[in-house]
Amino acid sequence: MKEDNNSARRKFLRNSLTAGVGMFAVGGTALAGETDPPKEKIKVLTTDGKVIEVDKPTGDCAVTPCEPPKGLEARKGIPGRSFVMVIDLARCKNARKCIEGCQRGHDLLPDQEFMNVNLMKDNPESDPYWMPKNCFHCSNPPCVKVCPVGATYKRSDNTVLVDADTCIGCKFCVSACPYSARIFNWTDRESYADNDPNYSPETSIPSQHGVVSKCDFCPDRAREGKLPYCATSCPMGAIYFGDKNEDSVTNGEDTVRFKQLIKERAGYRYLEELGTDPNVYYLPPINRMFPYERGFSTVSEEKKEIMLKSIEDIK
Amino acid sequence: MEPTVTAREVLQEHKSFIANPDRNWILKVIGLSIVIALGFYALILQIVDGHGITGMRDHVVWGVYIINFVYVLGISYAGALLAGVFHLARISWARPLQRILKLMTVFALIIGPIYILLCIGRLDRLFNLFFLPRIQSPIIWDLIAVMTDLIFCIFYIYITYIKDFAIIRDHAKELDLPEWRQKLYSFFAMGYNDTPAQKKNLNFALDVMAAIIIPTSIVAYSLLAWLFGMNLKVGWNSSIMAPYFVLTAIYSGVACLIFIMWIYRKSQNLHKTFTDEHFTYLGFALVVLSLFYGYFYFSEYLTDWYNMSNTYKAIWAKIFDFSQYGWMFAIGITLTTAIPVIVILFPWFRTINSIAITSVLVLIGLWLMRYIMIVPVLETPYIPIQDARPEYFSYSATWIEWVLSATGVAAFILLFMFAAKLAPIVPVSEMLEEKEEHKLTAFFRLKKKLTTSKS
Repeated sequence: MKEDNNSARRKFLRNSLTAGVGMFAVGGTALAGETDPPKEKIKVLTTDGKVIEVDKPTGDCAVTPCEPPKGLEARKGIPGRSFVMVIDLARCKNARKCIEGCQRGHDLLPDQEFMNVNLMKDNPESDPYWMPKNCFHCSNPPCVKVCPVGATYKRSDNTVLVDADTCIGCKFCVSACPYSARIFNWTDRESYADNDPNYSPETSIPSQHGVVSKCDFCPDRAREGKLPYCATSCPMGAIYFGDKNEDSVTNGEDTVRFKQLIKERAGYRYLEELGTDPNVYYLPPINRMFPYERGFSTVSEEKKEIMLKSIEDIK
Repeated sequence: MEPTVTAREVLQEHKSFIANPDRNWILKVIGLSIVIALGFYALILQIVDGHGITGMRDHVVWGVYIINFVYVLGISYAGALLAGVFHLARISWARPLQRILKLMTVFALIIGPIYILLCIGRLDRLFNLFFLPRIQSPIIWDLIAVMTDLIFCIFYIYITYIKDFAIIRDHAKELDLPEWRQKLYSFFAMGYNDTPAQKKNLNFALDVMAAIIIPTSIVAYSLLAWLFGMNLKVGWNSSIMAPYFVLTAIYSGVACLIFIMWIYRKSQNLHKTFTDEHFTYLGFALVVLSLFYGYFYFSEYLTDWYNMSNTYKAIWAKIFDFSQYGWMFAIGITLTTAIPVIVILFPWFRTINSIAITSVLVLIGLWLMRYIMIVPVLETPYIPIQDARPEYFSYSATWIEWVLSATGVAAFILLFMFAAKLAPIVPVSEMLEEKEEHKLTAFFRLKKKLTTSKS
């Protein structure tokens, strides 16, 4: 499942940094705290206008190991990183490519969705819109609170991961998550394996029977300088992924300043009032590229009816 | 000694309980064992094939199992609470009920947690709960509560048995018990001979345990309520959860007590022990609890309804929709809030049988209401379910879940049958002390000076 990564390694970080410097402002805390070995420094401008020196991204795995960590090591976040995602609802046309890309990348069956796309409607006057939804990797995660064995945990790089080797499958986290982001592996599959030596909570592969799994924010891909599967699969470039510390997010083509993007385009977080402090932001569906009806082309007639029925109360 | 004569009488009266098993008894045991064996078969299927063969899916992650868990533990905690209160308050008419209450407590406490284990995907990793516990998790609160309660209740029920074991040991010859059973009783009686010192100590221990068991059961059931209350879910995340759970537990406990009493009264001809008085008193308790239950439910509904938010609206729409939960809700609410008032409060229908049947209906109604409390809420997350697979959209239990539910009931009955063989379901020692003055040993004592001046 993992591609060979020598060429693409750290490309994402390099991209965002150079692009950021080009745009004359980039936060530079990403690699702070990494002291040895001494590395080449570059000067960057922070968001509040100070010039600071940071290690030049080298693209080798000495700074951040490219190998996804196993076991207890996987409980530590990638140092200095603070992953964040921004989803531009104006661009989503329910192509469902993010779902398929994610399923391919995480060895999921067609009906197992870490990422799904819901038809939403905010008020009687507004048009419905498509909302891709993965795990929000909350900074105050209700799912982590209720786990009886610490199988799911919050890392310093913002990700909320599940350690399938520890999970007892009580499903409390599934019910505690207000965003329905978690799924349970109800039936066994051939590719599932317990205590597999290659298993890392960062990759979620191979998964196991009878445990909970969910979107992992692909930190293993970030180690290699790649965007998550959903972001790379989206034909519309609706999904931006990046680093809050660097203040930059990218959809693979555009790289933009995160704070500015949220500020200028009125970015919001879904159900902010629950106080879960999510790390996935939405840009409101204004100036849409497509009418929402076009999104029905990818769903079955049956599902279309269910979707329309679920928003019919809002009228 | 004088009490021994009475003890002989009481024992003779109830000796059919502990007499060597007859054919009828053995047939019942075989019948129940078949149900339990079927349950084991279903359990093995569930473990081998996975939870996919149950009706549970990603939204309704716990179904009938957690409803049974909540229901059975409610009966258990209510049994402990009532036994403790009846004992401490020296309510003399309730003495014959003590044994039923305590057996109810312990057996339900053994069977209840099995239901929650059925919800766990990886039973082979259960030890993680002990090796990697996180005290922040309500599941660990519950684990601690249930284990504490189980230890206390088993200790409590054992010390209430000591006097009875001693009495049976002393009369074992007359009762024609086999050698091994005689040895068993004398072992478990722990040399109790009803000497004043032993009596004083035991009575003191009984009072202390009764006092401990009351708050323990309330705390334990509240912790269970918080298993739901701590979820960030509309419909559960409410402060009414714990009091509502405790009230519902007592309600189901009283109903279960009446039902068990009625079965023994009918089958063992215990009209003198479980009198009309018992049925009317407990029947009225049922009415009061039913009114309280209605009040709680009305309070909850009114609060939801007055400023109906969208998610509440969606939940209640499902509950009132006759193609979904409408009938279940209508039946449940009628059985729990209307039937006891109509049948028991007004004198027209009030008979022993009608009170007993009402208690059965209340037990059914409360189960349905627990279903209404749990499943529609799970089916109504903030983001509406947009899944084309019908089993993900709405929950319906499969035969595996029903068989395993029935297994719990069969195990409960079976345990009761074995317990009744061990010592009469009527606590012999309690029946004796009814005639003596029951001294207040551990609690409620006034200062020494006052007591002495009074006596």
